[in-house]
Amino acid sequence: MIKTVRSIAVALSAAALLSGGVASAQSVDLTGAGATFPYPIYSKWFSDYAQSTGVKINYQSIGSGGGIRQLSEQTVDFGASDGPMTDQELAGAKGGVVLHFPTVMGAVVITYNVPGLNRPLNLSGDLIADIYAGRITKWNDARIVAQNRGVPLPNSDILVVHRSDGSGTTYIFSDYLSAISPSWSSSLGKGKEIKWPVGLGAKGNEGVAGQVKQMPGSLGYVELAYAKQNGLPYANVRNVAGYYVTPSIASVTAAAAGMKLPKNTDYRISIANAPGKDSYPISSMTWLLVYQNQTDKVKGTRLVDFLRWVYKSGEKAAASLDYAPLPSSMLAQLQSRLKTIRIADSRVGAAQ
Amino acid sequence: MTSLPVDWLENDRRKLRVDASAYGDKIYEALTAACALAIPALVIAIAVAIFAAAWPAFAKLGFSIVTTSDWDVRAGHFGAAPAIFGTLVSSTVALIIATPLAIGVAIFLSEFAPLWLRQPIGFLVDLLAAIPSVVYGLWGIFVLIPLLREHVMPFLRDTLHLGATPFFSGPAYGPSMLAAGVILAIMALPYISSVSREVLMAVPRSQREAALALGATRWEMIRDAVIPYARSGIIGGIMLGLGRALGETMAVTMVIGNRPEISASLLAPGYTMASLIANEFSEATSDLHLSALMAVGAVLFIITLIVNAVARWLVWSVGRRRTQ
Repeated sequence: MIKTVRSIAVALSAAALLSGGVASAQSVDLTGAGATFPYPIYSKWFSDYAQSTGVKINYQSIGSGGGIRQLSEQTVDFGASDGPMTDQELAGAKGGVVLHFPTVMGAVVITYNVPGLNRPLNLSGDLIADIYAGRITKWNDARIVAQNRGVPLPNSDILVVHRSDGSGTTYIFSDYLSAISPSWSSSLGKGKEIKWPVGLGAKGNEGVAGQVKQMPGSLGYVELAYAKQNGLPYANVRNVAGYYVTPSIASVTAAAAGMKLPKNTDYRISIANAPGKDSYPISSMTWLLVYQNQTDKVKGTRLVDFLRWVYKSGEKAAASLDYAPLPSSMLAQLQSRLKTIRIADSRVGAAQ
Repeated sequence: MTSLPVDWLENDRRKLRVDASAYGDKIYEALTAACALAIPALVIAIAVAIFAAAWPAFAKLGFSIVTTSDWDVRAGHFGAAPAIFGTLVSSTVALIIATPLAIGVAIFLSEFAPLWLRQPIGFLVDLLAAIPSVVYGLWGIFVLIPLLREHVMPFLRDTLHLGATPFFSGPAYGPSMLAAGVILAIMALPYISSVSREVLMAVPRSQREAALALGATRWEMIRDAVIPYARSGIIGGIMLGLGRALGETMAVTMVIGNRPEISASLLAPGYTMASLIANEFSEATSDLHLSALMAVGAVLFIITLIVNAVARWLVWSVGRRRTQ
């Protein structure tokens, strides 16, 4: 009898040891949540980073809004967002000051379904704004024709398609339209949801692309990476310098290179309508959101180390997944900015 | 005495109960009672959670959530009237299309179909209920909407001259209230037809034979003897289908066009409450926006509750009329 009890006890403790071992092997070192747009590159980074350092990062792509909420409630170690946090959201964060770290960039492209075109459409920002505001309704409108000489444009209605779900893509697009058009800025503004005056709403990039493909005469906006991977046609958009620029990784990085990072370390900057003749104007960064005061020493150190790795090695992988890497001038500034993070009340720079 | 064995049996059963299974019965009773009570408790818990989360929006905006139609997140205006309208209209359209079709299927299967055909058709109709709604949505975008846009809508509007009425006027883009209604009809159909078929099959043989013996034709027999008998069950099935249509989210979002406007035309795009919540919830950050979405959920909850209550009442009153 005693023997059986003892053997059961041994078996139990062995099982406990075993499960303990398994648990620690599967344990996650950092957790994050947020934007869906950069999820493909983030998951590549996390797996590459885990391979080289053994540190595991669990990221849930629940949307930028969810990421901001979870960071504010301190249920995750870092957040991620396609649109910068508003001052009100920053004030509501329970862990103190939140820093924005740009990671990669993307662009929003105008895709369309016009049968019989012989080359990509050229569009200026005010045309796009007026189409989405319902002021231009025909494909052969004089203003569209003026920018597309020699292109056979049909005498048919423009069927506008926009996102129905709240999304960073809509934020980037409306941010650009607000920058280019004063009337857009004052009436409709920028945000993840817009009260669209015209058009049909479709859910997700795939929804918008699906509607545009299905309906001749339609026009919509989707992410550059999605349009590239699915072979959609997209328009050249006129930039500040007056050039019609084809959206591409190079032209998005050029847009960022034209911008200067502010000295006050508030990196919530828009690169919409950026200067420079090669800049594609509907470009934006996406951010990782990190508390300036990291209370957990181990986690804080790992997080800073990961960001350092992103700026040193991770950026090189961005283009392979159709994201634009940050320009190298910006990387140096960001590396030094990492030193402003305080881990358990000591500066990163001082700890080294 | 002849009754002795029965008494003896009764006594014995009582004895058995006391002796052996008294505790077993008690435990069994308690267990099933717990299961039965868990469901109402869950419904109440869900209702409390939704209304608690919706309260800030109701407190700040009052009934303007239900009565106004300006949904502008940036300006802080949350009027969900178009979504409420869209939910009710798309579900009504769905029932108008699905009910006759489903009852026709049920009557054919229970009254006319040869045995070898009954099984496969019944199985295929039931299978419609097992298709995930995102698949219906994709089918809607790639098959149904082009079909509606190219053929059905021009036919309704121009060939039948229904365009003269407000209900079929305006341009036909494809994504529309009509498309949502058709998709919902297909999704609600198996529920209605499945319940109706079971109810029709449960009508006693004697009912049919009596009608035929009185010289009724087959059609008269079905109309006057079978359907009245099964009416309350069929209404129950229709209400089950309506419940399905009211709450459906994914497929509707993919085909309705997501335009928060009230339009009389079925060819125009619309919005539903479930679509509104699904579209905006994941990216909602402001407290009022979140709360307003919860308030829309609360309204949907109340509407579903009302529909179920009406269904109960219909089933009950029809059943009472028959027994009188």
